[in-house]
Amino acid sequence: MSHMTDETPRDARSWANPVTQLQVGDVPEGATNINVAGRRLTSPIQGFGKMWQKTYKVRLPSAVVSPADLIATWKLRFPEFWPKGNRFYGPLTGIAPGDVALLSMKLPGGMKLSTGVMVLFADEESFTLMTPQGHMFAGWITFSAAQVGDETVAQAQVLMRASDPIYEIGLTFGGHRQEDLFWHATLTRLAAHFGHDGAVETSVVCVDRRRQWSRWRNVWQSAAIRTTVHTVAAPGRRLRGRRTG
Amino acid sequence: MHKSMTAADVREAAAGVCVIDIAGDVTAASEEVLVAAYTDASERGARAIVLSFTALEYMNSGGIGLLVMLLVRAQRKRQRVLAYGLSEHYRQIFELTRLDEAVGIHDSEAAALTVAGAKG
Repeated sequence: MSHMTDETPRDARSWANPVTQLQVGDVPEGATNINVAGRRLTSPIQGFGKMWQKTYKVRLPSAVVSPADLIATWKLRFPEFWPKGNRFYGPLTGIAPGDVALLSMKLPGGMKLSTGVMVLFADEESFTLMTPQGHMFAGWITFSAAQVGDETVAQAQVLMRASDPIYEIGLTFGGHRQEDLFWHATLTRLAAHFGHDGAVETSVVCVDRRRQWSRWRNVWQSAAIRTTVHTVAAPGRRLRGRRTG
Repeated sequence: MHKSMTAADVREAAAGVCVIDIAGDVTAASEEVLVAAYTDASERGARAIVLSFTALEYMNSGGIGLLVMLLVRAQRKRQRVLAYGLSEHYRQIFELTRLDEAVGIHDSEAAALTVAGAKG
């Protein structure tokens, strides 16, 4: 997709190049790459649970920021808008198609989850992050901004299925609520960056109530299980490192 | 919000098989047009829906999301979804988003109709 001709569609530069498995470059200090490198991307088609479309919006006066400027800022300073306790280890240059970012997420009960995302699409109006195998959900999140009347409406929209039966149980018993709080906090921080105290609107639609039982085996890739095992085994790894090093 | 620049015309290619000719841009703003076309095809009794992308000019991630939603509607009604006319660029996007695992992609309308079981 990098070779451009007159026949090249105008969206060509906005999409990530084709990848079969995710590659991770340097791992930033504090990040863990146990659930990203070598993993495949997953769309809602590959997920297990019910399919949801969740939309979170915040309205800002367009005199304060235009949609294009809002998206440019959001892409450049994306990690700064994440809620406390969660880290997005992306490139310092902002969000660009094909970038892979490592994530450290706070789960209910104080659990940590190490996972990642790839930038599937990014242009001046929107950008989309897609999840890899093992992430709590299979799907993508699209961040966009549009002018509606005299307002700039910033939006985060998640299209997802829980990746496996354990995540589905987790989402049912508090996980969806946790996710709502996460995106509320993100949009509140985004609005605050522009000096605005906007209320976040939420719309949740269950697109498909069926669970895809043929996908239950996704549990073997679970980033939550692998992160927990990795954390529990950390003292043993340190000990072995001292003996051999 | 952006105005849709999508056209989606429905034609019955064979008994139980409808082709939706998609032209222009496919984005989140195309929802009304594509859902109307899908509903039209379903009301004609389509058991298989063939999406023609020969006149596709632009698609963003919102457009891909919309195709996933259409696919779910079709699966609920036990309809098969096939596609043809995708350029190399859009084929790669179907592969990247793994939409190709649920939508049968073909080189030509004839090939798609054969797989759809059209009897002419």
